[in-house]
Amino acid sequence: MQLNKNIAVSENGFIFNPVSGDSFSTNPIGQEIINLMKEQKDRKEIVKILAEKYATEEAILEKDLADFFQMLLSYQLINSHD
Amino acid sequence: MTKRKVTVAVSGLNNIDSPGPGIPVIRALKESGAFEVRIIGLSYETLEPGLYMHDLVDKSYSIPLPSSGMDSLLQRLEYIHSKEKLDVIIPNFDAELHSFIKLGPILKSTYNIATFMPDLETFESRHKSVLYEFGVQNEVKVPVAKMIYSPSEIHQVGLELGYPLVVKGKYYDASIAATPEQAVNYFHKIANKWGLPIILQEFVSGNEVNVTAIGDGEGNCIGAVPMRKLYITDKGKAWAGISLLDEELIKITNRVIANSKWRGGCELEFIKSQKGEYYLLEMNPRFPAWVYLAVGCGQNHPEALVKMALGEKVAPFPTYESGKLFVRYSFDQIVSLAEFEKISTLGEL
Repeated sequence: MQLNKNIAVSENGFIFNPVSGDSFSTNPIGQEIINLMKEQKDRKEIVKILAEKYATEEAILEKDLADFFQMLLSYQLINSHD
Repeated sequence: MTKRKVTVAVSGLNNIDSPGPGIPVIRALKESGAFEVRIIGLSYETLEPGLYMHDLVDKSYSIPLPSSGMDSLLQRLEYIHSKEKLDVIIPNFDAELHSFIKLGPILKSTYNIATFMPDLETFESRHKSVLYEFGVQNEVKVPVAKMIYSPSEIHQVGLELGYPLVVKGKYYDASIAATPEQAVNYFHKIANKWGLPIILQEFVSGNEVNVTAIGDGEGNCIGAVPMRKLYITDKGKAWAGISLLDEELIKITNRVIANSKWRGGCELEFIKSQKGEYYLLEMNPRFPAWVYLAVGCGQNHPEALVKMALGEKVAPFPTYESGKLFVRYSFDQIVSLAEFEKISTLGEL
C-alpha cells in the first residue's frame, strides 16, 4: 500500500497532490495511517498495529480502513487499495 | 554583479478584475538579477491602475488604440522613444500584438528598439479560428471548433457539435451554451463587445489547467510552469492558483513550442478530461496575468524574454517548484486629481 509518487504530507497531516493541485487535511488517525503507509506497512500490518494501540476489534478496523482507502483512491492519492 | 540598465516599455497596465499581464511582468522585471529596469508604462485608458503604481512604473504614456492604425502607433512610439530611449517593448494585449509584430522590424532597424514576438504567420497559426489545424500540426488534441459570422449558422453547427457548446469571442470572452437559444444570446453579447467572427467550440468536460511558457523562436522551450485555478472570478479569471507537477503537460508544451518555433511568451490553456487526456482550448500569444507565479516557482520568464530580445542566448530553466500558490487581492490606490488630469490631458504621467 503506497501513496502515489510525489504526494507531499506535512507533519500536521496536510496532504498535497502536486499533479492535480488538490490538498486535504486528515485527522490524527488518518495521519497515523498515512505515516504507516509511508513506512511501507501493508494493510494487514496497519490493521494489527492500530488494533493493538487502540484496543479495537480487527474486523471493525478492517471496515474503517477500507472506507479510508476508498477515499484516498477517489482523491487519486493511491492507485489501488489492495 | 553589476546590473545592466535597460529601459523597457510595457503595456497591459489594467490590473483590474480581468487583469492584464503588464503589472506582473513589471514585478518580474523589477526582481531581475541581471537588469536594473526603468519601466515605461503604455496605457490605453486613464483608469488603468498601473498608471498610478509609481513604485513599479517609472513613467507612463498613453498610446492610440489598435483601431487607430499602425502609423499613429509608430508616431507615438517615436515620440516616447525620443524622451525615454527605449531598449525593449513588451506588448501584453492580444488586440495590439498584430500591430507590434508588424512594426517590430521597423522599431529594430530605425530606433534599435527590440521586441521578442512570433512572426505574423506563427501568430496567426494559433488563432482561435484555426486552432484545430494548429493542434493537428503540433500533435495536440483540440476540441472541434467552427467560426461563424451570423447567428443563423448556430443551428447547423449545433447539430454538428452537440450541446453544450462553447461560444467564444475573437480575442476574449467565452460562455457555455446549453441550448441554441443561449448560444444566440451569447453570440450577440460577445459580438457586440469584440466583433465578428464568433467561434463555436465543442465542449470537453474536465479540469482546466494552464501553462505559462516562453520559447526562443528556434524550437526551444526556455521555461514552462503549469497551474490549476483554485479560485475563479465570475469573469472566469484565476484569483488564486497553484503550480502543478505534471510531466505530461510539460511534454506537450515543449512539443507545441518546438513544432511551432514559438518566439516569446505565451499561455496554453488545457482541459484535462476524466480519462486524463489533454485538450488545448487556447494558445494566448503573450504572457498570462498570472505569469508572476512562474517567478515564484523559480522561472523568471519576463527576464528571459528581455535577455533574448537583447540578443542573448538563454538556457532552458531546468526545473520549477510545484505546490506554490498565488492569491490575488484588490487594493484601493488614492490618486490626486492633478495626476488624473495630467494623464487625461497630456497623455503622460
